[in-house]
Amino acid sequence: MLWQLFWSFFKIGAFTFGSGYAMLPMIEREVVERKGWFEKEDFYNQLSLAQSAPGPVALNTAVFVGYKMRGWIGALVAVLGTVVPCFAIILLIAMFLGGFRDNRYVAAAFQGLRPAVVALIAVPFVRMLKPLRWPMVFLAIAVALLIWQTGFSPIWLILAGILAGVVEVLVKNRRRMP
Amino acid sequence: MIYLQLFLSFLKIGFFGFGGGYAMLSLVQNEVIVQHAWLTGEQFADIVAISQMTPGPIAINSATYVGYTVTGSVLGSFLATLAVCVPPLTLMILIAAFYKRLHKNRYVESIVGWLRPLTTGMIGAAALLFLNRETFPDWISLVIFAVVFAAVWFKADAILMLLLSAVAGILIY
Repeated sequence: MLWQLFWSFFKIGAFTFGSGYAMLPMIEREVVERKGWFEKEDFYNQLSLAQSAPGPVALNTAVFVGYKMRGWIGALVAVLGTVVPCFAIILLIAMFLGGFRDNRYVAAAFQGLRPAVVALIAVPFVRMLKPLRWPMVFLAIAVALLIWQTGFSPIWLILAGILAGVVEVLVKNRRRMP
Repeated sequence: MIYLQLFLSFLKIGFFGFGGGYAMLSLVQNEVIVQHAWLTGEQFADIVAISQMTPGPIAINSATYVGYTVTGSVLGSFLATLAVCVPPLTLMILIAAFYKRLHKNRYVESIVGWLRPLTTGMIGAAALLFLNRETFPDWISLVIFAVVFAAVWFKADAILMLLLSAVAGILIY
């Protein structure tokens, strides 16, 4: 059972490219359809919590699935399965890229890649702005400019956001009580 | 000492990494480029490109890469990767254990609502931090940016677009 869990997440870690969200259909296919470890609706309810918690979504989902199956040992095994393939691949690249960096063709390829990377980040930014209400759009843009221009640590903004969320509920609670 | 700093930095990144991979980029940039100057912006852009073309979450990929580059050792790479995984692992086990109480909890929903514009802004900052001479040295780079942006906006495959940009880079530069 633990071995199966490891192997399932190893495959997920080794073959899914791009963002964590790209991994989700693959995880669903593996744990819901192929293995039948979860009901579909159950899986999606838990997913929403995995997305709101900090950390990569794919990793969080692995923890959740592993924990439900076999407790914390299961969680650990699922995380190992997800991380080991990417760790190995990136480590190899990091070890050997240094030598190729000065190669003319490699340098030229990266020159072409850099602006493309910025575009890949800019697309989700604009997409995520669209469903927000106007005051929140301004907040998001202000946050982007603040971090960019001052080097202000985003950690403080996250803490402020958590505080704002708690205060909002407390204020609403007080209003409700006469 | 560098090992401890590296571990603590990526522990922070894991702990505050709300909002998915792209939002976490801005945390990584802040720790790795702004606070510690372990990498240049150019090197970081290269890591993001590599990370997009290899399997695995970007936060984990950048931890592995930065850990190796900064210390020149597998141990550094391992420690940074471990550090970025520990907070999500422990927090998610807690969440899984208290799932019933947290599901539809008003505090959680309110916090998530406030974090959304903030993490969106962090993604914007991650993109803006690349606006420099190294990333955009000439008009050709602006064209690459515009073409990839339009293509991905209309749901073209991101990895394919990266491969095409790399080929364009080799042909042009």
